[in-house]
Amino acid sequence: MTNRPSLQVNLMFGGEAGQGLQTLGLVLARALRGGGLHVFAVNEFMSRIRGGSNSLVLRAADSPVRSPSDRIDCCVLLDSDALPRLADRLGEESLLVGDPALFSSEQGVTPLPLKELSKQAGGAVFGNSIVCGFILRMLGWELAPLNTALAHTFSDAQIQEKNRRAAQLGWEYAENLAGRFPLPLDQQAHNRLLLDGSQVVALGAVAGGCNFISSYPMSPATGVLIHLARLAADHGIVVEQAEDEISAVNMGIGAWYAGARALVSTSGGGFDLMGEGLSLAGIMELPLVIHIAQRPGPGTGLPTRTEQGDLEIARYSGHGEYPRAILAPGSPEEAYDCARHAFTMADASQSPVLLLTDQYLLDSLYDIETLPLPHEPPKSEIVATEANYERYAASATGLSPRGVPGLGQGFVCVDSDEHDAQGRITEDFDTRVAMVDKRMAKGRLLETSLALPPRLYGPQLYHTLLISWGSTGPTIEEALKQLALPEVALLHCTQVYPLPQEMAAYLERAKRIIVVENNATGQFARLLRAETGCTIDDQWLKYNGLAFSVEEIIASLRKEGGNE
Amino acid sequence: MSEHVWVKNDCDIAWCPGCGNHGILNILGKTLAALQLPPQTTVLVSGIGQAAKIPQYCNTHFFNGLHGRALPPATAIKASNPGLTVIAESGDGDMYGEGGNHFLHCIRRNPNITNIVHNNMVYGLTKGQASPTSQQGFTTPLQIDGVVAEPFNPLTVAIALKASFVARAYVGNPEQTQAILQAAIKHKGYALVDILQPCVTFNKHNTYQWFKEHTQSLPEDHDPTDQLQAFARAGEAEQLYLGIFYRQEKPVFEEQLVAYQADKRPLFQRQLDPDKLAASMQAMG
Ligand SMILES: Cc1ncc(C[n+]2csc(CCOP(=O)(O)OP(=O)(O)O)c2C)c(N)n1
Repeated sequence: MTNRPSLQVNLMFGGEAGQGLQTLGLVLARALRGGGLHVFAVNEFMSRIRGGSNSLVLRAADSPVRSPSDRIDCCVLLDSDALPRLADRLGEESLLVGDPALFSSEQGVTPLPLKELSKQAGGAVFGNSIVCGFILRMLGWELAPLNTALAHTFSDAQIQEKNRRAAQLGWEYAENLAGRFPLPLDQQAHNRLLLDGSQVVALGAVAGGCNFISSYPMSPATGVLIHLARLAADHGIVVEQAEDEISAVNMGIGAWYAGARALVSTSGGGFDLMGEGLSLAGIMELPLVIHIAQRPGPGTGLPTRTEQGDLEIARYSGHGEYPRAILAPGSPEEAYDCARHAFTMADASQSPVLLLTDQYLLDSLYDIETLPLPHEPPKSEIVATEANYERYAASATGLSPRGVPGLGQGFVCVDSDEHDAQGRITEDFDTRVAMVDKRMAKGRLLETSLALPPRLYGPQLYHTLLISWGSTGPTIEEALKQLALPEVALLHCTQVYPLPQEMAAYLERAKRIIVVENNATGQFARLLRAETGCTIDDQWLKYNGLAFSVEEIIASLRKEGGNE
Repeated sequence: MSEHVWVKNDCDIAWCPGCGNHGILNILGKTLAALQLPPQTTVLVSGIGQAAKIPQYCNTHFFNGLHGRALPPATAIKASNPGLTVIAESGDGDMYGEGGNHFLHCIRRNPNITNIVHNNMVYGLTKGQASPTSQQGFTTPLQIDGVVAEPFNPLTVAIALKASFVARAYVGNPEQTQAILQAAIKHKGYALVDILQPCVTFNKHNTYQWFKEHTQSLPEDHDPTDQLQAFARAGEAEQLYLGIFYRQEKPVFEEQLVAYQADKRPLFQRQLDPDKLAASMQAMG
């Protein structure tokens, strides 16, 4: 038995690039959210601007949904390639809907004459609103929430009106399917936020006081750069598209030096180019926040798909030895919090912090209750310098008060060469040892007072401990919620390096440890073993470019039960 | 103000006796003193190389970063606090080789910074390999049969990109060099000053004597607003002209940033407004 949310529907839409699947998803999600449902949408697309075959899965339920599902209740086929491409993701239970001009009834496709209705509505661009109207009728809803969503999406009154009429055409056409997937309509207005992962990361960065971003475009990291550009005027953010990633990271470091709070957003390939810069932040003891949006590698890999393959490059990139932290959020709430906290952490430890997300998290659309506003505006820990200021003055914690040029009488001298307390070049061996020790001492803060502890979900007295990091967490949580196994718990890690001090105790209590990762070789498992000496009993890995579905985790859990 | 305000006198200098870098340090100190700039609001940004060590010997803020990467942090420092005077300074290998892409795009951006390049036509710190500005036929322990590639001409490249200030100086002419540097720092916008400088240890071809014979000031009637004339004179290979080849006032990078439209304060003096963040969330969601 599984405890699936009783009232839910999983809708799939398949079409070509350029058909506006994302807008369709957004409008429909807005309508369903407006009607009181929780929504979650996963975008899956090919790396091309036109053609190809893309899909969107939108889940709506009366309780929060946060994971991809393989169970499709209804699939709307917007082009003829969608059926063969999506066929193996569809099941007996899936109701197929498509244009009779493209599909025959022998193919088991319920007709929705989109081309014909679009003509009546005024053109192909209105097809998406027709589909939305059609869907709402299948839920047993009136059009009011959709009309509100259209008003929210299109500012031009005439365009709104045309879309409303298109929606009406779709709604009318679904007469025979009215209430096929009944979901409650809550007439009260709902203010939950509807945001994708990129927006959440951008907002989290602003909440962390980010006021500078320099980046070079690369999927799936570009969204964060674009959202910060949109927020730049309201929040006074310096935004620069650098000529390459090397420039981007060196600008970010220069900005922190001058007192800004800078973010650099990139993906694995771009991050590879930043290694030397990361190392520079290490020796200069400057804060730095780099967002690494993972996609499958190596090389160009699968530019628009997802993977958790860059943990080790985040951990090991950049020559030499110096502390760093790696945060890997799973839910949008965690993404906001990690993005915000990355700035606090970087500033307080004068070290680089890497925010590791992935395409699945960034491109998915979530409904979110609230995102907490900071109680107090974040403030950099900088000091006004005295005339005899020494940037790298010795201290017990390894931290020296950080000055910035233009504040105080002293000189702020930072150096990529080994340096003395003043920041001037030296080759003295004793100074070298003292400086290495000083830098490494700061790492302690990253695993204690500044650390984000892991979160346990499930029974305190567990036999089997599943371990997740980043975006796999919410899916495993949903699977465990459905199965409610008495002796299986999930330890979800948002700080993957350095391991927070609480980690060891959780691992010691487990009889069996299984690490679940969206990669081929188990990078986090390797890190856990290396850092704690724990035994990893099994690994569930997936690396085809898609995130785990809740059903896949349930199937693995069932197999696991049989093993016991 | 005396140059001693700027130049540290108590340090162990890593340059060879007779190196052109000593002269450049001296001229830089005099220039900054003549301009009466406060050292508390001046930042020297450099890369790696013998030339790039110059900030180490100065009394001011410095960011001595990575080889080839002085211009990106210099741009960012200026963009984070436009009230600072920012000078990015390194050797020819650093600026035109490793940092070549940044050089091109920094010119396009036009931040109000000064870019000083110590051009000794050789890699000094790594002991004498060819640099992008080495002349064809120049032999080194690595380029055993001589340099084959066409030398990089920073001036014609900068003029082609309409850099807002393009000049060449020779360390053997200290007064002229100081006058050019003063003009460059005062100029609003990106200013390139390529300073010819002998490397007494690794470049036995382009010596003080060679530079003396192969340099001359731009003609009196040179018009620095004439791009084609500037381009032609900068491309002259037999005689290296010295002076301000090209200048053009244009909007500077940092002043066009949206972050400074409503608020002129440097970024470190600003704070997040949580109400605005709440409004942004609602508008997005
Ligand atoms: C990424 C990187 N590559 C190579 C080097 C080695 N390196 C240091 S300085 C230099 C070139 C020095 O020549 P130039 O910039 O012209 O300065 P000079 O020493 O002649 O003043 C090189 C290749 C380095 N430090 N970093």
